[in-house]
Amino acid sequence: MGDDHQQVPGGAQLHRNTLSRPVRTFRVKMVLLGSSGVGKSSLALRFVKDEFRNTSPTVGCAYLTRVVHLNHATLRFEIWDTAGQEKYHSVTPLYYRGAHAALLVYDISKRETFIRAQVWLKELQTHYIPGSTVIWLVGNKGDLEEVRQVSAQEGQNLADEKGLLFTETSALSGEQISELLLDVAHRVYECIGAQQGGLSEWQETPFVHMHHRNTSNPLASCCKVGP
Amino acid sequence: MDGGPQKPAVGWENGMLAPVDRLRTERADSPVPGLVEGTEPGAGQQSAMFVHAQSFEDLTAEAEEDVEREAELDESGEPSEDLKVLVGEETIEKQHNDDIPPERGTKEEDVSSEAWRSHRKHVFVLSEAGKPIYTRYGTEEALSSTMGVMMALVSFVEAEKNIIRSIHADGCKVVFLAKSPLVLVGVSRTCQSDKELLRELQYIYYQIVSLLTLTQLNHIFQHKQNYDLRRLLAGSEYLTDNLLHRLDRDPGLLLSAVTCLPLASSARDVVSASLQAAKAKNLVFSILLAGDRLVTLVRKKDQFLHHIDLHLVFNLVGSSSSSREGEGWTPICLPKFNTAGFFHAHISYLEPASELCLILVSTDREDFFNMSDCKQRFLERLSKRSAYQAMKEALKCPSYSVEQVGIPELRHFLYKSKSSGLYTSPEFPAIYQSDEEQERMMGLYQDLHSHLHHPTRPLRSFYRCSETENLLAWVTSGFELYLCFSPLGTKALAHSAVNKLLKWIRKEEDRLFILSPLTY
Ligand SMILES: Nc1nc2c(ncn2[C@@H]2O[C@H](COP(=O)(O)OP(=O)(O)OP(=O)(O)O)[C@@H](O)[C@H]2O)c(=O)[nH]1
Ligand SMILES: [Mg+2]
Repeated sequence: MGDDHQQVPGGAQLHRNTLSRPVRTFRVKMVLLGSSGVGKSSLALRFVKDEFRNTSPTVGCAYLTRVVHLNHATLRFEIWDTAGQEKYHSVTPLYYRGAHAALLVYDISKRETFIRAQVWLKELQTHYIPGSTVIWLVGNKGDLEEVRQVSAQEGQNLADEKGLLFTETSALSGEQISELLLDVAHRVYECIGAQQGGLSEWQETPFVHMHHRNTSNPLASCCKVGP
Repeated sequence: MDGGPQKPAVGWENGMLAPVDRLRTERADSPVPGLVEGTEPGAGQQSAMFVHAQSFEDLTAEAEEDVEREAELDESGEPSEDLKVLVGEETIEKQHNDDIPPERGTKEEDVSSEAWRSHRKHVFVLSEAGKPIYTRYGTEEALSSTMGVMMALVSFVEAEKNIIRSIHADGCKVVFLAKSPLVLVGVSRTCQSDKELLRELQYIYYQIVSLLTLTQLNHIFQHKQNYDLRRLLAGSEYLTDNLLHRLDRDPGLLLSAVTCLPLASSARDVVSASLQAAKAKNLVFSILLAGDRLVTLVRKKDQFLHHIDLHLVFNLVGSSSSSREGEGWTPICLPKFNTAGFFHAHISYLEPASELCLILVSTDREDFFNMSDCKQRFLERLSKRSAYQAMKEALKCPSYSVEQVGIPELRHFLYKSKSSGLYTSPEFPAIYQSDEEQERMMGLYQDLHSHLHHPTRPLRSFYRCSETENLLAWVTSGFELYLCFSPLGTKALAHSAVNKLLKWIRKEEDRLFILSPLTY
C-alpha cells in the first residue's frame, strides 16, 4: 500500500497540510455494499489508484487503504470492498460493523440493484447506532445513460426520504469519484470526528483492531447462509 | 464388494493419515528405478508437506469398486433412445429455448446446435431433485430437459440398487458421480478412461463444496429439496469453468501434485524461515505462490494440506484479479481437510505488479488484521535478506528447457516424487506451443497415466509409439515418470534415458523441489 500520500485523482485539489503544526491522522472505516456487479471494486480501485480495469467478482472481501488530506486533519480510509454475491452475505456484518462510512452502491442501469440497496439499508439500520455512520447512496455506471433504469431523481428522493447523502458516479469515466471521496471525508470528519472518541487516531502499527471494537457477534456461525 | 477380488494397487497407507517422519540419510547418489519411496529425487528430507495419500487412488478409491460393476452394465445391450439424446445423436430433442434469456453472456450458446454437441467434454451438475446447477456450455435453463433425462437415468439405476457409473455409446462416454446432495455428469468424446473422468468430476464436486461447505449444502437440501443452488453459486461459475480448463491443461491436476518455482535452496530456505517466523495463533498454512508454482509452504505442526485443496486455492487465486491492489479476505472450505467448516484466507500480492502471492490460512474469521500483520512481519524479514532479490530473479525464468537435461530426442517429461507430492517438468518445446498441441500432449499423458493406474490391470511401465512421438511411462513406489520423445527415439533409448534423467533430477533437486519443508 505505497500510495498513502498520493493526491486524490481526477482534478479535485485536496489541501495538503501547509501548516507547520503536525496534523493528526484518523482512521476511517468505510464499507462498500451492494449487489454483485454494480461496480464496488471498480469504485475502490478508482479511490486508491485512479484506475479502471475489468475486475472479476470479489471473493469474500478486499481491503484497501487511501489517505485523504483535509485542512485540519488527515484521514486514513480503510476501505472494505465486500462481495455482492449472496453466498458471502453471512460474513458482511463483519465489515459494516463499526463502519464510519457506508456506501450503498447500485447500478443505475439495473433496477433490481436499486431495490437491493434498500434492503442493505434496512439491514444497516437494524445494526447501526444513529449518528455513528455516514450512509451514502451511490448510483454507479452513470455513463450508461442510454440504458438507465433508475433516474437520478429517484435516487435523490430515496436519499432525502431516508436521510442519506446521494451521488451518481461512473467508475468507468472517473466522473464524480474524487468528489465523492472528498465529500465523504468532510462529512465523516465533521459529523463523527467532532464527537468524543468518534474517530481513533492512526498509529503506525495499529494494534487496536477495529474488528474487535464491537465484540458482539451478530452471527453464531459463518456456515449459515442460504434459504 | 468386500468379498470381491483383491483390489490392486490400492493397498497404500490410508489417505488421511499423517506421514511418518522420514529422515533419510542414505540418499542414493545415483538413483535407479525401483528405489524406495522417500529416497527418490525430490523427496523431502524431513517430513512431507501434504497429506500423504496415494493421491490418485485416494481420489477415486470410493468409485473404484463400482468400475467393475459398471463394466457389466456396459455390456448389457444397446443404449436406449433416451441415451442418444445425451450423447448427441441426431435424435436429440429440438429445444425451444428461444424465449429464455441467456444468463451469462459467454454462455450464449444454442444447446440444440451441432457446435454445442461437439464440445469435447461436457460437465453438468444437478441436485438430487434434478434441478440444474451447472453446465460447462450453454445455460442451465436451456438444458433442463437434458438434465431431466440424466436424472431419470440416475434414479432408474439407483432404484435397481446398482448405482450407474458410466454409459458408452458412439465414441461418447457418459460418466455419473452421485455425491449426495449433488449429482455430477460428464459427457466426453476424449479417450480418457472412466476413472479419469470421475476424478475430474470429483474435482468439480470439491470446487462447489469449497465455496459452500458440505454441511451447508446438506442443510439447504434437507430444508428445501427443490432449492435452486444457482442462487448461491451465482458469480462463481467462472471458478468451475477455470478448473475444467485446468483439468485439460495442468499436469499437476493429473498427477495429483504441484510444481515449484525453481529456486536455489539457500534462498528458498530463507523464505521458508521468514514465513515460519511470521506465525500467529490461528494460522494453519502459509503458502507462497508464483503464478501456478509453489515457492514454499509452511504449515502448523501436525496439520497437512491435501493437494486437491491446494489446487482449489491455486484456482481461486489464479481466477480472481481483484485482490491485486489490496488484501483479500475470504472464507474458504478446504474439503479434503474438513467439509464442515470454513477457513479464512488472507490473499495478497507481495507487490502489486508481482506474481508472488501470499496466502495465509487462519481458522478465525476475525483474524484479518492478525494475518495482515503476519504478512508485514514476513515482508520485513524478507526484505532484509538477499533471498527476496533471488526470488524475484528466479521469477524471470520460472521454468527450464528440456535441452538442459541433455538427452537426445527427449522433448518433454513429467516427473513426480510420490513422497513429497511435488513434480517437475520442463517448458513445452516450440513444437508444442499452440493450445491445441498442448492439449493433445496432455491427452497423451492422460492416456499413459490411465494405463499406469488402471483399476484392474495397472502397469509398471508402458511404451507407446506413434507417428508424432514415442512415449514411455514408468512408475515405482517412489516416483512416476512420463517421457515424450521424438518419433526418432527407440525403445532402448527411452529406457536408457530414465537413468540419465533421474540422475539429472537428483543433481537439480535442490532447485526444483522443496526439500526442507518447515512447520510452525
Ligand atoms: N459501464 C460501466 N461499467 C462499470 C462501471 N463500474 C464497473 N463497471 C463494470 O461492471 C462490472 C462489475 O464491476 P465490479 O467492480 O467487479 O463489481 P462489484 O460490485 O465489485 O461486484 P462483486 O465484487 O461481485 O460484488 C465490471 O465488468 C466493471 O468493468 C461503470 O461505472 N460503468
Ligand atoms: Mg467486487
